[in-house]
Amino acid sequence: QINNNNISESLSQVQHVVLVLSGKGGVGKSTITTELALALRHAGKKVGILDVDLCGPSIPRMLNVGRPDVHQCDSGWVPVYTDAQKSLALMSIGFLLDDPDEAVVWRGPKKTALIGQFVSDVAWGELDVLLVDTPPGTSDEHLAVLENLKKHRVDGAVLVTTPQAVSTGDVRREITFCKKTGVRILGIIENMSGFVCPHCSECSNIFSKGGGEELAKLTGSVFLGAVPLDPLLSASMEEGKDFSQTFPESSTFSAINSISQTLLCSLQAS
Amino acid sequence: MADVPTDAPEHCPGTQSEQAGKSSSCEGCPNQKLCASGATKAADPAIAEIGEKLSTVKHKILVLSGKGGVGKSTFSAHLAHALASDATKEVALLDVDICGPSIPRIMGLEGEQVHQSGSGWSPVYVDDNLAVMSIGFLLSSPDDAVIWRGPKKNGMIKQFLRDVDWGELDYLVVDTPPGTSDEHLSIVQYLSSTHVDGAVIITTPQEVSLQDVRKEIRFCQKVKLPIIGVVENMSGFVCPKCQNTSQIFPPTTGGAEQMCADLNLPLLGKVPLDPRIARSCDEGRSFLAEVPDSPATQIYLDIVKSIQDYCSNHVTDEHKAT
Ligand SMILES: Nc1ncnc2c1ncn2[C@@H]1O[C@H](COP(=O)(O)OP(=O)(O)OP(=O)(O)O)[C@@H](O)[C@H]1O
Ligand SMILES: [Mg+2]
Repeated sequence: QINNNNISESLSQVQHVVLVLSGKGGVGKSTITTELALALRHAGKKVGILDVDLCGPSIPRMLNVGRPDVHQCDSGWVPVYTDAQKSLALMSIGFLLDDPDEAVVWRGPKKTALIGQFVSDVAWGELDVLLVDTPPGTSDEHLAVLENLKKHRVDGAVLVTTPQAVSTGDVRREITFCKKTGVRILGIIENMSGFVCPHCSECSNIFSKGGGEELAKLTGSVFLGAVPLDPLLSASMEEGKDFSQTFPESSTFSAINSISQTLLCSLQAS
Repeated sequence: MADVPTDAPEHCPGTQSEQAGKSSSCEGCPNQKLCASGATKAADPAIAEIGEKLSTVKHKILVLSGKGGVGKSTFSAHLAHALASDATKEVALLDVDICGPSIPRIMGLEGEQVHQSGSGWSPVYVDDNLAVMSIGFLLSSPDDAVIWRGPKKNGMIKQFLRDVDWGELDYLVVDTPPGTSDEHLSIVQYLSSTHVDGAVIITTPQEVSLQDVRKEIRFCQKVKLPIIGVVENMSGFVCPKCQNTSQIFPPTTGGAEQMCADLNLPLLGKVPLDPRIARSCDEGRSFLAEVPDSPATQIYLDIVKSIQDYCSNHVTDEHKAT
């Protein structure tokens, strides 16, 4: 049963919509999306995450929500809340798949159709910020999400990169994608920047350093900040724990927190 | 199955799908009758042409992973370098990552362009016996974005296989984008009239990555693509100062080892996280040649040896069978 709800209705009480993009895979889009959402909630905001990565939805695991049954109400799919206060809502395309190990082997047109319906059919209710986690690249999913969200509003995109040139190269192409599709770039985040050895405190730049900031300068974009490569963060993601609760004193959390504050200010200013 | 015409209605199910001519989006499409008749389900003639073209390629290896950023391109590049270190072998590396081609940079070929020759596009050569082809060679600037939907990407992959002048090859290594989508379906389908040795699956140790890789393995099984084995990349980081190992991407569910045991697949090796590998990639040089005495180099070479053995055993098996 498909809901004929129109998009402006399902997103009408959503203040800001932010896409999390990267041309490169595995740079931490889903991690950053999750952590930004947690940090924003920490700051008292109502946050939603829309996960449109059909082939590899990671957010359900990162937020430890398992595989809930999703329900429909009159105004569409009801998102899954991670807390009793309903301050963090998640809708993942993964929830609609039957078997978590089954490969979704779909060609573009089919993905476009599903995403179109999916984006317009979630009953988000009141949200301060909706973050949209995307798969890597600039293809069907991205165009479909944009086409549909734009009917309502898209504040802009946050681009995630790791410091090495192989990654910033892909993000340069993503910047062109944003320009061509008319999406404002809210800023660039450098993830996995520097690793501090837990044994001797030596900092190794495993994926080099500074590439994100350089790219921001080169392209005239805002640099939102750098998040270190932190094994505690990847372990936290694996277990679906709230890093902001478990390691509130870590420099990794303070980096994420300050990025979320900057982002929030720029959203409120616009 | 590059079967969605460019002028198709928005939700065209594809001219060769079961739903062709029957789905609701087909209504009003001028080709609805044609599709519904089943006539369009005939195989794409390109498949036979590609079979013909690649009949001079002895071994074909696909490098796959469901997860992004696990090191497919890095591995593909090093596999190609290692195979080509035997000067008597002809090796080619094809990059079918249409939206995020990183092979040109990793192979030190950024800014190179393909040339048109009498018999098609000629690939770019790193060495006399190592050819490379990527959409990156067709772009005019590093900022150029390829914002293509599936059908257009499929067309490009078809051209790479059919219209590139590969010549006689011992090995064709194909690097793919993450996921299980158009690019993957297309490459498997276009190669369906040739013999593909199999796929090498790359993963990192943590569950967030393995959960996607399991899907990729299902995909291989679905399309009957043999799996040569699994490589675990970024497994443990050795601090250059104190030599202690840290698990940056912790194998919370037993890593690739456990997955391979569960799914009865060979684990080809575990490549450590070494910052020098990332640097070599950025600079477009072969890590194997730059740091020949590192543990990571030895592990790469062992993995390549297993792949070579797999390929040659496979050939003898086939000869025996016929
Ligand atoms: N700053 C960090 N420190 C340590 N580990 C990290 C960091 N950022 C991400 N990771 C880990 O790296 C892996 C890849 O991250 P993630 O899944 O978020 O990337 P992605 O860009 O969403 O990937 P894909 O392109 O496949 O969707 C995850 O295991 C995650 O926990
Ligand atoms: Mg992701």
